[in-house]
Amino acid sequence: MSAPLSADLAQIGKSVVIKGELSGSEDLYVDGQVEGSIALKNNSLTVGPNGSVKATVEAKGIVVQGKLEGNVQASDRVELRKSAVVTGDITTQRISIEEGAYLKGKVDIQGKADKAAGK
Amino acid sequence: MASVTQNFMKLFRGSSGGAEAATPQAAQRLTRRSSGLGELSRLWDSDTPLCVLDLGSTSPANIRFFTEGSHKIYSEDLLVASTEPSLVTKDEQGNVVLDSRQFLADNLVYPAAHFDVVLCWNLPDYLDESLVRPVMGRLWSVLKPGGMLLAFFHTKDAGPDSPCYRFHIIGKDTLEMQRIVLKREARRGPTGAVHTAITEGFRLQRVFNNRHIETLFRDFASIKFFLARDNVREVLVVR
Repeated sequence: MSAPLSADLAQIGKSVVIKGELSGSEDLYVDGQVEGSIALKNNSLTVGPNGSVKATVEAKGIVVQGKLEGNVQASDRVELRKSAVVTGDITTQRISIEEGAYLKGKVDIQGKADKAAGK
Repeated sequence: MASVTQNFMKLFRGSSGGAEAATPQAAQRLTRRSSGLGELSRLWDSDTPLCVLDLGSTSPANIRFFTEGSHKIYSEDLLVASTEPSLVTKDEQGNVVLDSRQFLADNLVYPAAHFDVVLCWNLPDYLDESLVRPVMGRLWSVLKPGGMLLAFFHTKDAGPDSPCYRFHIIGKDTLEMQRIVLKREARRGPTGAVHTAITEGFRLQRVFNNRHIETLFRDFASIKFFLARDNVREVLVVR
């Protein structure tokens, strides 16, 4: 499966390995390996089917088709597709989980009021 | 109309009859009433946000059920975790067992007295013998005093081929049961490794009688049995 092409979409291909801090102001598609942290405050992260992310993630939206290990915070929504393997706590406003997805961790739904109160 | 109960009983007795062996059982979902769940529903109907640990297969329905009620849910599939090949070791007599210390180092790692409710489902019946008591000990410690644990136990009439189900909460006292079929994706352990050693679903490891169950939960403050018509006893224990 290839990532949808978009002018505002950065892609990390499946042969790419990155260690360190990733941040940006465009959507990111990861089909390779990333270890460290990912911060996309107003944008979305997609972990492709070949992707393997071992990082704390903060983004507006997060879609997981591959493997993600680390705590995840989404200001909008998280989608775990059927091939997702996620180990870590998820904090988000909305979540959708397809049948077959694997999750080991907490799901904490925070409303806007919770976020404003810093809970 | 064939009743849900009849269909359930047919499946629960296993595939020895052969007629249903070729049917796509994994796609079938059966509903059952759960008295234990009904008792627990009093807890999540209150205004107090709860901390719930679901030890079955990841269930979107359960996550939705609890998050919509403003509760926190933790999901951890211990049966799949127990298939991690690195857990296999030998005891002093040379018998092949699973390393319970390693298992508890990798799983159920939570602060003491963290959860209000633990949903064990049918885990004790299908979990490897070497893990059952250590896991129950850990569950006691992560439950809050007064916290509750729900578990299902087969009776001996269920038979050794009783399929393993995942449980989806669809109402206050109603569960949807979905037979577990170990596809490649479902056999990925916490490390993401694909386990190919298991070629069929989980097998019933043993049948606990009432005394065994009481012994298993002897550290808990109280235990309540609910007898069901489907060769299953529901057990609700309070720490």
